[in-house]
Amino acid sequence: MINRLRSMLTDSQLFKALVGILIFLSIWYVLTAVLNLPRFKLIPNPIAVIKEWVSFEPISGRSLFTKEYYIDIGYSVVRTLVAFFLATFLGVFLGLFMGWNRIFFDFTFPIVETLRPMPPLSWIPLAVLILPGVEVAVVYVTFIAAFFATVLNTLLGVFSIDRNYFLAARCLGSKPKDIFLNVIVPGSLPFIFTGLQIAMGVSWMSLVAGEIISGQRGLGYAIYEGYSLFQYEQVVSYMFTLGILGYISSAGIRAVGRRLMAWEARRRGA
Amino acid sequence: MKKFFNVRVLRGFISIVIFVVLWQFVVLVKIPYLENLPYPKEVAVDGINAVGSKTYWFDWGISLSRIFIGFIAAQLIGIPLGLAMGISRVFKGFTFPVFEMLRPIPPIAWIPLAILFWPTRELSIYFLVFIGAFFIIVINVLQGVSNISVSLKWAASSLGARPKDIFWKIMVPGSLPSIVTGMTVGMGVTWNVLIAAEMIAGQGGLGRMTWEAYTNHNIPFIVVGMVSIGVAGYLCSTLIRWLSEKAMPWKKRF
Amino acid sequence: MATIKQKTQGAISIRNVTKIYDPEGVHVVAMQDCSFEIAAGEFAVIVGPSGCGKTTLLNAIAGFDNITSGEIYLDGELISSPQKQIKPAADRMVVFQNGALFPWKTVIENIIYGPVVQGRMKRSEAIEIAREMMNRVGLNEIEDKYPEELSSGIQRRVEILRALINHPKVVMLDEPFRGLDTVAKTVMHEFLMDIFCAAPRTMFFITHDLDEAIFLGNKVVIMTTRPAQIKKIVHVDLPWPREHHLLGSEKYLELKKEVLEAVHEEARKAFEAGEREMA
Repeated sequence: MINRLRSMLTDSQLFKALVGILIFLSIWYVLTAVLNLPRFKLIPNPIAVIKEWVSFEPISGRSLFTKEYYIDIGYSVVRTLVAFFLATFLGVFLGLFMGWNRIFFDFTFPIVETLRPMPPLSWIPLAVLILPGVEVAVVYVTFIAAFFATVLNTLLGVFSIDRNYFLAARCLGSKPKDIFLNVIVPGSLPFIFTGLQIAMGVSWMSLVAGEIISGQRGLGYAIYEGYSLFQYEQVVSYMFTLGILGYISSAGIRAVGRRLMAWEARRRGA
Repeated sequence: MKKFFNVRVLRGFISIVIFVVLWQFVVLVKIPYLENLPYPKEVAVDGINAVGSKTYWFDWGISLSRIFIGFIAAQLIGIPLGLAMGISRVFKGFTFPVFEMLRPIPPIAWIPLAILFWPTRELSIYFLVFIGAFFIIVINVLQGVSNISVSLKWAASSLGARPKDIFWKIMVPGSLPSIVTGMTVGMGVTWNVLIAAEMIAGQGGLGRMTWEAYTNHNIPFIVVGMVSIGVAGYLCSTLIRWLSEKAMPWKKRF
Repeated sequence: MATIKQKTQGAISIRNVTKIYDPEGVHVVAMQDCSFEIAAGEFAVIVGPSGCGKTTLLNAIAGFDNITSGEIYLDGELISSPQKQIKPAADRMVVFQNGALFPWKTVIENIIYGPVVQGRMKRSEAIEIAREMMNRVGLNEIEDKYPEELSSGIQRRVEILRALINHPKVVMLDEPFRGLDTVAKTVMHEFLMDIFCAAPRTMFFITHDLDEAIFLGNKVVIMTTRPAQIKKIVHVDLPWPREHHLLGSEKYLELKKEVLEAVHEEARKAFEAGEREMA
């Protein structure tokens, strides 16, 4: 009996995961609802959060069963996807081209490196004032965040390619275009996909900030509104919603990466 | 000297010049939307004035202190946690799922909760910076530990190392590269988080300064703020890079 | 040598070649005034201590790097000199030390890459020919596998096929079988032997393994330590096709002794000079 318990404790991943989560929730519950600790009692306890999240008539008007919830999700998701795909398209091409052509690199890298350290969110004031409409500004800021992450990782990907592949391709009679399509693009894919996951994470972060600061509707905005209306349970449920969406989008990217890079999956011993 | 001014550096120089010229042109000719950008000269003038003013550097100090406190706290808690998770499968089994549940939540989304919980604004800002760097460093340390070649550990064992030695002489130095990566990436993220936090909820600091320029419709100064933030971020990243080179003299620099 | 069909293409003439790396900086004289000839269709093996010398020649012939002084001719045409350096092309194929099969392409796509990208063949044609080549050497089952799924021995053979399908005048192999175990090496040698005897072409084979050198080559070129010069050229007149029982023959042992003595002397000098292994 003891042995079975011990092996469950040390072996089963699922068991440990569930126990871990349970412990986390219990600590959370105890700290916020049971002990009346000074700061903690202001934070909603997990039971209250879940109640609000699955309620048919939530106090905040936003739960799994209200359409506002999904409208908020919709706004945020659409903004993120638009910004992300634009950033991926432009960022990957720019990165690949910079890695391929040294002259182009020399001209563009200094500008990229000067603009890149500027935190995407610092663009918000300027973007709101210059661009037509708040929507565009929010998407733009999200785009900027994803764009630089993508360019940098794509560049690193190109530079990571073993020189011998280039030499072999040249021996085999490749013209520059062939080298681009057959060596540079596939060779940098692993780094590109790592970069895309990072870009996705950064996109969500910038989007939420953008929505809070300047937005109308969307998850970030709703969080701030919920906070100002003292609906803290909704705030927490929305935080977790963001977490779930972030996880799904990263998992999606990883899945696409696995399909495109079949050779990585089939490594000997993998 | 001759080697420095080679063709490649020249091209970079030219491109920055072209960038500034284009900027001036776009505003002059009143390209739609971009016409509202300030002229490069206005930005430069405001920038020079700022550098001469005390409050500007005061804001620098406030932002930098926030970054350092939050960042260092994240490293102090995150690195041991990451090492523990990397070394003990059991520990990781319990803690990693919770960790992975909380990690995708954007740091900015923590703002309301942070403001609620912490008694002062300042503490909540430190907390947000901490959140930004914390998840990143733990993930990187975890990856670093798992990359340490098993043969290194076996070699150490057969040379008579005890678990304590293996930890300090193999695991810690072996995961240093990942710790450095975690710090570098984390530093970039924390600046992003700090600026947002300052814009939304802060008093003082470069983010607040930029935001106030925005509410005062002082567009040239917004750009000054942005550039200042970029420079500050760059300096911090350079510091991390320099420290990492000192800490890992055995790594070849290319 | 009379049993191999004579080739008319691929004669390499190396004349007074000197290579200095980083002339204004560290100034490493890798090679000093080397001259030798490789006849068309000859299997030349280059041995010597580790250093840049052997790979320098390979790089110059292949077109990856140039030389500081001297000339290299291919079939009478100047291909490398301080003023002129020919670009890499399919007439001078290289098989790399650690393998350079494209990991993101399957075996068959790797093999057909050359002819297709040069526009010499249509894809379907190239696939036919590649399949035939693979069948002939017993590698038929692996056409849709990725290189990383296969053992190094198989990967190396595929890379050699990838080179040969282009009908190069010269095939350059930079320690291609280094790191393989003895059994795998034996298989590789037989493989290379079969291919060479069936369709001889000039081979430029770099190795550290003296048995391999004598077993495979017509001519073993022994180089000195840096600055590399030709120490000795040993003609291996063992009968073709080479078979493994030859390794016990008296002639073989004599040749081995000759080569070993020359190499040993240079190895001692290199060791004393504290040469770092540049793998």
